[in-house]
Amino acid sequence: MADKQTKIRTKTQGNDTDVLVLVSHPMESGLRPDPKDKDKKVPAHFIEKMIFALNGKEVANADLGPAVSTDPLVGIKLKGAKAGDKLKVTWSDNKGESGSGEATIG
Amino acid sequence: MTHLPRRTFLKRTLASAVLVSAGSSLFAPGWALAAEWPKAAFGAKKIDEAVQALFGSSQMSPSASIKLKAPAQAENSAQVQVQVTAEMPNVEAIAVFVEKNPSPLVAHASFSGAEGYFSARMKMAETSDVYAVVKSGGKLYMAKQNIKVTAGGCGG
Repeated sequence: MADKQTKIRTKTQGNDTDVLVLVSHPMESGLRPDPKDKDKKVPAHFIEKMIFALNGKEVANADLGPAVSTDPLVGIKLKGAKAGDKLKVTWSDNKGESGSGEATIG
Repeated sequence: MTHLPRRTFLKRTLASAVLVSAGSSLFAPGWALAAEWPKAAFGAKKIDEAVQALFGSSQMSPSASIKLKAPAQAENSAQVQVQVTAEMPNVEAIAVFVEKNPSPLVAHASFSGAEGYFSARMKMAETSDVYAVVKSGGKLYMAKQNIKVTAGGCGG
């Protein structure tokens, strides 16, 4: 389907690493009226799961609902991540689409 | 014909046995399937029901160790930034709820190595209290803040 980019930004200060993940995704709640037909709703289409793995090991796992904004920007923090560590973020939505992004802690 | 179902049956029994033994000491029974998206909790219309469906209990105590950072007034109700920092040890999960949204649960994050921190941008239907619920050591803690949503975007 459409290209849904997954961008990851990390910032390390000392022992702490901030991780921000931005996915370009409509996050349609299913409650918004269809602009073309007022009697219909735009079908729900949103990310349900987001999994964060550091060097292949899961460190956090988020369940998102339709109330998360369009183009979700999700942040977590890691402790003790080292330069060169690989962070992978995988997401999947309610229509079975999925995507992932990788970043190297720098 | 007969050995295929038996194989699936064995696989499933084994898998669930592993899940139950791993989960029983730490989580309530419902949590054996923690990897599933919690549909009932996201569908709940009341915040208490959502907390109950998500954590298996709605007993929460207010905690000063939870830092909920959000604007007092949201200019754009479709993009409200919230940051939750849980400063207590052993944070297992953080969930964010907007009381007056059609479905209060916004997001839920569980941790297995990352710090007790979660941030996201969320939509808000109207002015409401926003709750951050933190699970730590099997107990639930919460902090809340009121976010005012201005309809016209003129700050009025």
